[in-house]
Amino acid sequence: MRMTFMVARRLLHAFLLILAVLVLNFLLIHLAPGDPADVIAGEMGGATEEMLADIRKNYGLDKPVYVQLGLYLGRALQGDLGQSFFYNAPVLDLVAGRAGATILLVTTALLFAILVGTLLGVLASHKPKGIVSGLVTLISVIGYSAPIFWTGMMLVILFAWVYPIFPIANMYDITKGGGIFSRMIDILYHLVLPAVTLGIVYLAQYARLTRASMLEILGSDYIRTARAKGVAEIKVYGHHALRNAILPVVTIAGLQFGSIISGAVLVETVFSWPGLGTLAFDAILARDYPTILGILFFSSVLVIVANLITDFIYRLVDPRIRKEG
Amino acid sequence: MAAVDNNIQIVQSQSPLREAVRAFRQSWAGMLGILILTLVILFTFAGPLVYPVDPFEIVWAPLTPPGVAEQAPLGTDYLGRDILAGLVHGGSATLYVGLVAGFITITIGILVGAFAGFYRGFVDEFLMRVTEFFQVLPALLFAMVLVTLFSPTIYVIALAIGIVSWPTTARLTRAEFLRIRSLEYVNAARSIGARNQRIIWRVILPNALAPLIVAATLTIGIAILFEAGLSFLGLGDPNVFSWGLMIGAGREYILDGWWVVTLPGFMIFLTVLGFSLVGDGLNDAFNPKLRER
Repeated sequence: MRMTFMVARRLLHAFLLILAVLVLNFLLIHLAPGDPADVIAGEMGGATEEMLADIRKNYGLDKPVYVQLGLYLGRALQGDLGQSFFYNAPVLDLVAGRAGATILLVTTALLFAILVGTLLGVLASHKPKGIVSGLVTLISVIGYSAPIFWTGMMLVILFAWVYPIFPIANMYDITKGGGIFSRMIDILYHLVLPAVTLGIVYLAQYARLTRASMLEILGSDYIRTARAKGVAEIKVYGHHALRNAILPVVTIAGLQFGSIISGAVLVETVFSWPGLGTLAFDAILARDYPTILGILFFSSVLVIVANLITDFIYRLVDPRIRKEG
Repeated sequence: MAAVDNNIQIVQSQSPLREAVRAFRQSWAGMLGILILTLVILFTFAGPLVYPVDPFEIVWAPLTPPGVAEQAPLGTDYLGRDILAGLVHGGSATLYVGLVAGFITITIGILVGAFAGFYRGFVDEFLMRVTEFFQVLPALLFAMVLVTLFSPTIYVIALAIGIVSWPTTARLTRAEFLRIRSLEYVNAARSIGARNQRIIWRVILPNALAPLIVAATLTIGIAILFEAGLSFLGLGDPNVFSWGLMIGAGREYILDGWWVVTLPGFMIFLTVLGFSLVGDGLNDAFNPKLRER
């Protein structure tokens, strides 16, 4: 009962956040300099009178602001995020068509960062002043200070000239035929560089975090007890210590989902990855406001969903929270 | 007798500020950061005097590699503009946006965090909901939307970066205020009749400054990365020469000339590295207990 209540509360909370993002979009359209109809048309001053009249009618721009807001929210909640006059397609279709590529990139990068980061962190905690610790510090310094698009470009230069083994652009090779399986392998192959570029920043953070919490946990009483009982060292690390050390990583990874999407916008642009980031880039060049706002809305929804999932995972991993409800 | 002398020395060096300065000077990260930042600032502000070439001027054939032409020691970009001139002139805009955006971020963050942490209850609940809302929006996309809707001038860019990045500072400030507000000296101030505003700004804030100064240093670095990212996406101020603008303009030509994007990117990297190393050093200086980690 308590569990259902908790889930219901979380979902309501998520829904309110989604509404708030829509209200923000609405405000942005109206705060922008110029005629809101022009903003919605996405062509500053270039839209035909007919088109503008159509928009004014559909969005009720001659009515009071609260009526406009109501109309806007009503349309958005029915999945109508407006029309892109640049692509001549509904914004929702555009965004939905590109979202898969971004979600694939972001989750791969995140999984890569969590897996490799935790592993490096554990190794580093084994020898706090050893080579791995030094390596982790070095990667985190670079990952923290280098612009992510620059790191990506350096990898492009490296893998286009010096070791041309990975593809540096696009999501798949259109000249290649074959079945679904070979297509999937091809996508994974194209995914390597963008995912590594995006993941490397977080990898170093997770490694540092794991190292710090492992060091703290390895000094605690229950680890000493485990060792005294003669539990194998690998089991002490893997089973006893890591299970607790990974909790902060899960929390941080969930909170960082928004910033990873921000990074994805840049990485996608560098590697011509056909996701929301490249769509945003093209939409900005074309001053296609409905599409840009649609992407902002959709990626915020992604973050909200990711936060929900993190919350549930956290409850799964940490039995203490599960009991408290 | 030697033991007594030692004791006297310890007592003498107990001014917290002096102690922090001493700790900072012992931190290699902090000192390296200061060195890097000094070099970057010298390069940016003294550079144009030593090397007064206009970064917009076309001086040689497009995409000339470094070390080929005397007019362009570090090569030229796709239009034939001098890369070295760009590096020398591009820094001030980047630094300016970083500092202003960092200042805006910290100001909003401290205001929100201080009120939330001090008043708690309804105010806290409301302000934290707002903070949470801002954390849901992917920061770079939000900044992109703001800059696109309100013309990409250097001021709009700085303001947009500030608007999207304050929540972290707000949370930090709130946590500090929650911790400090129930300490004895705050009660003492209240008992002698100090008003809320005085307690917030004159009693609690000064005692919460240490982590906020560290955060501010890191925030400037992050703001510089933001500016670079926006410029890279073509949302920089087209009338102001910046390192990010150089990378954005050279993006299409990375395979024709590595130097076009590598060099300005390296300058951004150095600058942000400088700020984050100084942040590390300050952290060591203010939190002696954490130094072992």
